[in-house]
Amino acid sequence: MKLHEYQGKALLRKAGLPVPRSEVVFTAAEVPAALKALGGEEGVAKAQAFTGGRGKAGGVKVFHTAAEASAAAEKLIGMTLVTHQTGPDGVLISAVLLEELSQVARELYFAVTLDRAKANIVFILSPDGGMDIEEIAEKTPEKILKLWPAWDGGPDDALLKQAADFLGLTGAQETQFADVARKLYNVYVETDCAMLEINPLAVNKANDLILLDCKVILDENALYRQKDTGGDPDAEKDPGEIEAAKYGLSYIKLDGNIGCMVNGAGLAMATMDIIAHYGEQPANFLDVGGSASEEAVTKAFEIITADKNVKVLLVNIFGGIMPCDRIARGIVNAVNNLGLKVPLIVRLEGTNVTEGKAVIAASGLNLTSADDLEDAARKAAEAVAALKAQAKV
Amino acid sequence: MAILIDNNTRLITQGITGKAGLFHSQKCRDYGTNVVGGVTPKKGGTTVDGFAVFNTVREAREATGANATMIFVPAPFAADAILEAAEAGIELIVAITEGIPVMDMLRVHNAMKGMSNILIGPNCPGVTTADVCKIGIAPGPIHKKGKIGIVSRSGTLTYEAVHQTTLLGLGQTTAVGIGGDPVHGLSHLDVVKLFNEDPETEGIVLIGEIGGSDEEAAAAYIKEFVKKPVAGFIAGASAPKGKRMGHAGAIVDGNSGTAQSKKAALADAGIFVAETAAEIGRKMLEAMNARR
Repeated sequence: MKLHEYQGKALLRKAGLPVPRSEVVFTAAEVPAALKALGGEEGVAKAQAFTGGRGKAGGVKVFHTAAEASAAAEKLIGMTLVTHQTGPDGVLISAVLLEELSQVARELYFAVTLDRAKANIVFILSPDGGMDIEEIAEKTPEKILKLWPAWDGGPDDALLKQAADFLGLTGAQETQFADVARKLYNVYVETDCAMLEINPLAVNKANDLILLDCKVILDENALYRQKDTGGDPDAEKDPGEIEAAKYGLSYIKLDGNIGCMVNGAGLAMATMDIIAHYGEQPANFLDVGGSASEEAVTKAFEIITADKNVKVLLVNIFGGIMPCDRIARGIVNAVNNLGLKVPLIVRLEGTNVTEGKAVIAASGLNLTSADDLEDAARKAAEAVAALKAQAKV
Repeated sequence: MAILIDNNTRLITQGITGKAGLFHSQKCRDYGTNVVGGVTPKKGGTTVDGFAVFNTVREAREATGANATMIFVPAPFAADAILEAAEAGIELIVAITEGIPVMDMLRVHNAMKGMSNILIGPNCPGVTTADVCKIGIAPGPIHKKGKIGIVSRSGTLTYEAVHQTTLLGLGQTTAVGIGGDPVHGLSHLDVVKLFNEDPETEGIVLIGEIGGSDEEAAAAYIKEFVKKPVAGFIAGASAPKGKRMGHAGAIVDGNSGTAQSKKAALADAGIFVAETAAEIGRKMLEAMNARR
């Protein structure tokens, strides 16, 4: 789950980290009160949206008067911000952070994340902050340092010294840096972060370290114990994804024409891949998992078919925990309730496959059975191709 | 022979009185696994469908001689359940539970350093030695005793590979689902090493997916040390960048962990790479025939 900058900064501020003073507003009407709380009429208005590159895209505006601050908020809130990271659709700006100006002398990069290969938390550092780390990695990889703090005790003095040397921080700055690094490590662990990126970590003209921007992503599996961050787990989800989650289903919206009901993330991906292999694209995939009820399977069917892009429906189930007959009954119920407006291809295998096939046969539904994964994907792709050909005639 | 589990395996289930825990304990028993009991705190001394229930893993081990456990404990408590089993000296720990926070698994990973117990999972389907012993949630009947060792992150793709090798008459020694989480126990590499040393395993199927670098590490080892034929598949070639594909681990960040780079690493190691999941079995057969 991603946090907005203002939510992330609240977290960092609470941990005693040096963050510029700022106030968030959700409407332009809140600006005067926010400026009063901020204690000044000069600052920077930053669009709150899940993307980097906001500055270049016009999402960050400096203001020198209350009127300018209000105008900036008025313009930004409700605007769609298109950056190099968002794609052409852009992202909606729902809030603006009004922040005091910082006099920046140097910009550094500091991130805490997981190194999967080492099963260890990793610090990623660069003296060239302010730009994307991917860009630094590509152009000047020698300007990136990775360090792995020990799980027991976190970053030790030797590691922090090495990091400070690499960033060119000495004396009082080095001491400040050690404090910042330890606190960021603690925030990462205690808040169940998946990513905690400070970019830039700035040195201001008074030679103090200050955390100018942050990107915070929390581990979705740990949200049950991280309820105070203000983050919205559904913020970036399609309405179908939110609806599916209520039934314990995992739904992902995509761009093609084949709706896919599958079980298991690996089989879901492999099903997408084989559809692509036969020249078509999935419209979505819905993973019913292992423990969905018959009702949830019916719901799954409804969610998939609610997508107007779905021209053909493919069910590909290899029952492990999930018995095939439960899937079959869910499908039959859904079709009886909703009717079936698109060709349906069904491939069932695994636990209770004989019972599942019997349920389908007894229902008299007009569907196409497939023998295996290959057969199923080919038949689905052929059905889409046939529809496209008809449309041309 | 096979690997990890055989007819000397004595299994307990942590979370045996839960719906899934009991159901799969029964299924494992039906398959022939020697399920010697289970653990649910505060329900010790009772029995459930003939399984003796204990309060702690230590009590269960002392009473039954259990040397393996499968964990169905809910995610918030699963990390402690793994550590309890490790500290009680259970040799093989198979964690089925999905949704365990990464930070909890980092804690487990570090606590188990220096211990000799083997952890498989979490968020995995388990291990099956065909026709002998099954731990976990895989459908038993698709397996057939034979000569292929299978290792996969994904549960359903493990089943797919098992099914295909069964239909082609190759059969399996052992199939291992290592799980789809970023921090997990046995890796592809660990399991490949075990298969390489197992005289009954004549060929290896390695199934991976986007994200991480587990598959690359296994491929590097295979290139240098494995003479047995190997077939491979990587899921997620068509997955959109930056989108988490169900598994917590299945996400492409930047340019690392893409299906393309992983397939290239596999091919470079002499592995027969299947273009689609439907041809995993056929690729294995091809690899076997090429070595003759």
